[in-house]
Amino acid sequence: METAIAQTKTKLWAGGRSPFNVSYGKMMMWFFLMSDSFTFGAFLISYGSIRFSLNNWVDHNYVFNEFPFTEAHLPLAFVSLMTFILIFSSVTMVLGVHAGHKMNQKSVEKWLFLTILGGLAFLGCQAYEWTGLITGQHEVLVNGVIEHWGTTVSHNPWGPMVMHNGHLVATPGPVAFGGYFFGITGFHGFHVFTGVIVNIVMLIKTKRGDFAKRGHYEMIEKAGLYWHFVDLVWVFVFLCFYLI
Amino acid sequence: MSAEITTQLPVTEADVAHVKKIWKAFWVLLILTIIELALGLTIYYIEMNPDYSDLLVLMIKGVICILTLAKAFYIISIFMHLGDEIRTFILTLALPATLFIWFITAFIADGASFRNLRNTDGGSRTYIQPTEHHAVPLEAPAEKKEKKLD
Repeated sequence: METAIAQTKTKLWAGGRSPFNVSYGKMMMWFFLMSDSFTFGAFLISYGSIRFSLNNWVDHNYVFNEFPFTEAHLPLAFVSLMTFILIFSSVTMVLGVHAGHKMNQKSVEKWLFLTILGGLAFLGCQAYEWTGLITGQHEVLVNGVIEHWGTTVSHNPWGPMVMHNGHLVATPGPVAFGGYFFGITGFHGFHVFTGVIVNIVMLIKTKRGDFAKRGHYEMIEKAGLYWHFVDLVWVFVFLCFYLI
Repeated sequence: MSAEITTQLPVTEADVAHVKKIWKAFWVLLILTIIELALGLTIYYIEMNPDYSDLLVLMIKGVICILTLAKAFYIISIFMHLGDEIRTFILTLALPATLFIWFITAFIADGASFRNLRNTDGGSRTYIQPTEHHAVPLEAPAEKKEKKLD
């Protein structure tokens, strides 16, 4: 018995089978995701590095406090909604992958459809948030004159407060904020968008019965890996921009 | 529908357990996120007090970071099924990821060093502690911000 195990172990790397016990496509998806995590990591760490080098940064609780259909300022509320949407779409995706293992075409279609809806809802939320930031005008004291700025890659109206004519007014904050925020959430949003497209292709292929004919739903698994990765990255973006 | 569903496999006990595990991971993620939000709001209310403790805020932020790592672990091991792969494959992915430890340490230290140089004019004078202030104080008269561009 022991020799049999030893033999299969040495034969793992002797060719003729996958030593990692996964298909080529799935392994390469994992390696792609690892490289992508380094890309996101580089962006986020560069952001952290700049933030540590500056004496002032913006206060996220005041920058991100809008919520649709209300004038109230609710810190963290809208971004929590986005986070819940993405976590939920991750669950529907993993249930779809599971249904694929059981060769249950109808069930795969249902879960994939819900995942796509979740992805689109997230993108809609992000579009709303960006619009609010770019078009919302805020008083800023620039060279002794009050101006009205939106939050863009070149303007940051969220700097330190100073007294001006008897009342407090903000001064320009670090320009880096807009670039990092729009760059990183934009790159993540682009990943979500790509994931939605991939999932739509998967839904069409499932509906056509391509995977049923092929005898396995491994493509759904690979698309699922990508989708979960998008959720994973959001966990860190959420941490770096909205929580700390 | 051209494709007939004839190949569907029967649902076994293992499947029921697997789906249960998925939902459990979902609830864990949801609860961790809610705790993070509660801590985030705690920071918000702590910082309303003009002389709050920096150390306390830093500690809460540390807890939030640890909770985030726990969430990442759940997503990778359960949703992405990495926990079900063989050990050599897990290590192939996990070992390169440890580069992040160096990566984060080195670059954050670099940022901190730059801040030090900034506040000492490259080491030519003593460190000037920047004045602490809120980005936007509460009830600031400058909060006329709902004007939208049209």
